[in-house]
Amino acid sequence: MNAGALLPWVVWLPLASAAVLLLWTRIPRAGVTLLGVGSIAGAALLTAATSLQWLGAREPFTVVLWQWLQLESFAPRIALHFDGLALAMTGVITGVGALIHSYASGYMRDDPRYRPFFAYMNLFVAMMLVLVLADNLLLLYLGWEGVGLCSYLLIGFWNHDPANGAAARKAFITTRVGDTAMAIGLFLLYRELHTLEITGVLTAAPLVWADDTWTPTLVALLILGGAVGKSAQLPLQAWLPDAMAGPTPVSALIHAATMVTAGVYLIARLNGLYLLAPGALAWVGWIGAVSLLLAGTAALVQTDIKRVLAYSTMSQIGYMFLALGAGAWQAAIFHLMTHAFFKALLFLASGSVILACHHEQDIFRMGGLRRALPLAFWSFVVGGAALAALPIVTAGFWSKEAILAGAWSGGHHLWWAMGTACAFLTGLYTFRLVFIAFLGSEHTHAHDEDIWRMRVPLLALMLLSVVGGAIALPLSGVLPDDPAKPASHLPEILAVAAGLAGIALAWLWYGRGAEGAPAATPLRRLIQSGWGFDALYDTLFVRPLYALARINRRDVVDQVYDGLAITLMWLHRLALKPQNGQLRWYAAAMAAGIVVLVGAAQWT
Amino acid sequence: MDVSPALSPWLLPALILVPFFGGLLAWYAERWSLTWPRWIGLLSMAATCVLAIWIWVHAGVAPVVPPHGSPEWIIEFRAGWIPRWGVSFHLGIDGLGLLMVLLTGVLGVLSVACSWREIQQYVGFFHLNLLWNLAGVMGVFMALDLFLFFVFWEAMLVPMYFLIALWGHSSQGASRGGRSRVYAATKFFIFTQASGLLMLVGILALVWLHQQNTGEWSFSYAELLYTPLSSLQEMLLMLAFFLGFAVKLPVFPLHPWLPDAHSQAPTAGSVDLAGVLLKTGAYGLLRFVLPLFPNASMDFAPVAMALAILGILYGAKMALVQTDIKRLVAYTSVSHMGFVLLGIYAGTTLALQGALLLMLAHGLATGALFILCGELYERLHTRELGRMGGLSRRAPHYATALMFFALASLGLPGLGNFVGEFLVLFGSFAVAPWITAIAATGLILAAVYSLYIVQRALHGPPADDTPVEDLTGREKLMMGFVMLALLALGLYPQPVIDLAFAPLAQIANWYALGVPGA
Repeated sequence: MNAGALLPWVVWLPLASAAVLLLWTRIPRAGVTLLGVGSIAGAALLTAATSLQWLGAREPFTVVLWQWLQLESFAPRIALHFDGLALAMTGVITGVGALIHSYASGYMRDDPRYRPFFAYMNLFVAMMLVLVLADNLLLLYLGWEGVGLCSYLLIGFWNHDPANGAAARKAFITTRVGDTAMAIGLFLLYRELHTLEITGVLTAAPLVWADDTWTPTLVALLILGGAVGKSAQLPLQAWLPDAMAGPTPVSALIHAATMVTAGVYLIARLNGLYLLAPGALAWVGWIGAVSLLLAGTAALVQTDIKRVLAYSTMSQIGYMFLALGAGAWQAAIFHLMTHAFFKALLFLASGSVILACHHEQDIFRMGGLRRALPLAFWSFVVGGAALAALPIVTAGFWSKEAILAGAWSGGHHLWWAMGTACAFLTGLYTFRLVFIAFLGSEHTHAHDEDIWRMRVPLLALMLLSVVGGAIALPLSGVLPDDPAKPASHLPEILAVAAGLAGIALAWLWYGRGAEGAPAATPLRRLIQSGWGFDALYDTLFVRPLYALARINRRDVVDQVYDGLAITLMWLHRLALKPQNGQLRWYAAAMAAGIVVLVGAAQWT
Repeated sequence: MDVSPALSPWLLPALILVPFFGGLLAWYAERWSLTWPRWIGLLSMAATCVLAIWIWVHAGVAPVVPPHGSPEWIIEFRAGWIPRWGVSFHLGIDGLGLLMVLLTGVLGVLSVACSWREIQQYVGFFHLNLLWNLAGVMGVFMALDLFLFFVFWEAMLVPMYFLIALWGHSSQGASRGGRSRVYAATKFFIFTQASGLLMLVGILALVWLHQQNTGEWSFSYAELLYTPLSSLQEMLLMLAFFLGFAVKLPVFPLHPWLPDAHSQAPTAGSVDLAGVLLKTGAYGLLRFVLPLFPNASMDFAPVAMALAILGILYGAKMALVQTDIKRLVAYTSVSHMGFVLLGIYAGTTLALQGALLLMLAHGLATGALFILCGELYERLHTRELGRMGGLSRRAPHYATALMFFALASLGLPGLGNFVGEFLVLFGSFAVAPWITAIAATGLILAAVYSLYIVQRALHGPPADDTPVEDLTGREKLMMGFVMLALLALGLYPQPVIDLAFAPLAQIANWYALGVPGA
């Protein structure tokens, strides 16, 4: 049996289970668990089987399911393309996805809407797989919008609270702004190259645009718009912290491990296009470099455990964008993978904390959780160490070093400096969170609510966060090689020292826990709000749009016609005036008429 | 084209006569029982669907452009009428017409089905009007004689007037812009009648010019295609026809009749208006304006496209602040029809196919949304979004359906509207990149208003705690069917594309190069 035979089932399994869960409303709870978790685990096994077979020959292949539509040269197919990059992404999505699903089956066990939750989660996995396996950009766009929909449904899952609905809509609409830019990019791409098939685009682009850098740059920038929207980078980053309104496993799966890294995947997938557009690629790097600092500082002053992690995710994706910009393509995907391990671990552990503390999310009201929640504590220590890139023993170290080394030897010293500065911030904000929440005195009574379906994923992800750096992704051939390692060890040593210094400072300040949140100064409030982008966009776009719409709520065009009708009616009444039934009036009018007529006759 | 023996010419008049006599019968049957008219209406419209599918199955159309420039029909039916003026009862159907007829049949079935509980007064007369309206629409989609076309065009108006005026709702005083059903019906009638009059002048002028050139009176579409016109004549005639169709579509700024008519009409009327009547405007542009006046249309295209993006953005922006759910959906129609107009005047095969697919998908999705609004009104007795909320827990199936069609409306990939919109945009980008890019921003606004409906109706705290009846079996069947149809259009639209390929590719050629021999 060839490797391709199993590939469609990797997508069908989650999709079919989602359909069953959506339609079969009376399915028993155990059935939901079995179908919800089992289908993703099955997809993970199928991915493993496909990958093992593929690793023998390492030949990319495409499985065509059906011709979506065909009209002249516009002929997108429903087809799955598998290569080293697809393998890496599929492995992360199904592998980490299965662990998170297992955890979620425990975390959500008492929720009255357990069935729809898993229906949406499985639909999400299916759509995410379509996104990374699509052989053409239109099908990719289908997956792209599909994951956006599931993200919307799951952020607003507890929809009785309008605030959750607002967060969900904000996420969907903000990303849709980027998606629309991306769609326009696709229109332009198709007009120029007459194909949307990814391999076709990558082959045709260098030939068609041999002497043209302007068009590929424009296409690349428009597609970048989609990428920054999904991946919560500047300037479309403001939705991600609010997205934490969703249940915590959702944050782990969608808003840490998979969907938010779709932008990184997209740019890596279209590497040939971005290499033709060095200007656009530089933008990718700058967006990453600025986003990672912006988010790193914002993470420093958050008090909500999930918002710390959200800003941290934004910052880590900034590293990935920086890597792409610096030409360290493989390092970006490597970091995408290790980040999926340790960030999923951190989110799931924070879920255990939130559950144990009765949905308390303020770290200053926790404290001393180390004794009550040993597994969550160690998960946080291991995950936090990987996030802070503790040298040698964590997966995060290897991938972050690869990025910073790539930036340095690619000649982007300023980006390297920004990345290194953020390494310091990362160490600081991560262990600030760990120390405040887990050390010091208890401010709340925590009760461990985890069941084994939640503990196993935590242990597995802990293991991956440690040894995951040893996984060698088969990316050569799909992605260009990274810049060579720098000759000197100095940049590496500096970056490591920065991270360690951050941890040390956190120990110094918060080693004995914290008593209460610090006072809110205006500066702190500004940074805490993610540097005020919400207020800015609200003033610039949202309010003017609604003000304009409200002013015209009666529809001025309608009023023009109404005005016309009223004028006609008025003229009609005017014309009726003389017919008032009074003989005197008629006689007078007749006399006046005769006078006028006779006068006119006399005049001529 | 070889005509299969299964395709009798009488199939075409049958498509009109079945709902016509079905309507009469339904009216008469009221004296026996209130259920009879409903079943008669349902069976008549189902019969038209069967006839349309029968034609499709036996048509054997190939997706190739006809080698010679004259239009080709799957079936034609011709009977003499007024030979002196060159008027004949001439019907014909091609892939484009067939799809529109099928859409009419399907939405006809849905219109009857959604009135099952809502309409309790003058049930027979209601179905008479509904079916006669649909019969008129069938005629519009098949008439190949311009005089006959105009007769059908007018014939579909009067029943619609009665549907709105007699069975419509008058807004409660609380609702902003609340208006009576008679006001809405009259407004609808005046708008369409005035524009129809302009079109009549255009038709007569065209026929007269044709007579001046050839010495023969003819209202035949195939002959009028080759009328030589000076560029001024062509422009004036084109404008007359355009205005006639633009009111129906509707094109900004000719849309104000639409929100009133849609929101005050009974559910079946709204479904019929949004699903079918708007499409007659787009069909007219495709069938008559572009082929009869290709050069003037080409000159006019920048204006039409500018009106299209104004419609897209203006409609969406108006939808953002509506509090009446039917009015909101009505304004989204203005926005969606802007995409159709853009596609038609972009005129590439891709854009025309997109416009057609969007017409079909919009007919189904918006039709379903209006049905859901009607069902909501039956349950809550309000159309005010502020008085809903929490329906996702109070009526979960209802919520799923509304969510699905809201997503279709915002252009979620995998559903028909997406394929339509994106084909329009891909096709238009080749000829008008800037206009297309601006039009694409309508996608963002579509997300804003669609999710606003979902939020206000389904989520958040419920306005009150009275239990809400979830979808009944009949309603589930209707919604499930439309969902499947939209999924099919979204994931495998190829049969539809193939069916309409020949006529649309031909229109694209005429538009780009002019009708050969004209």
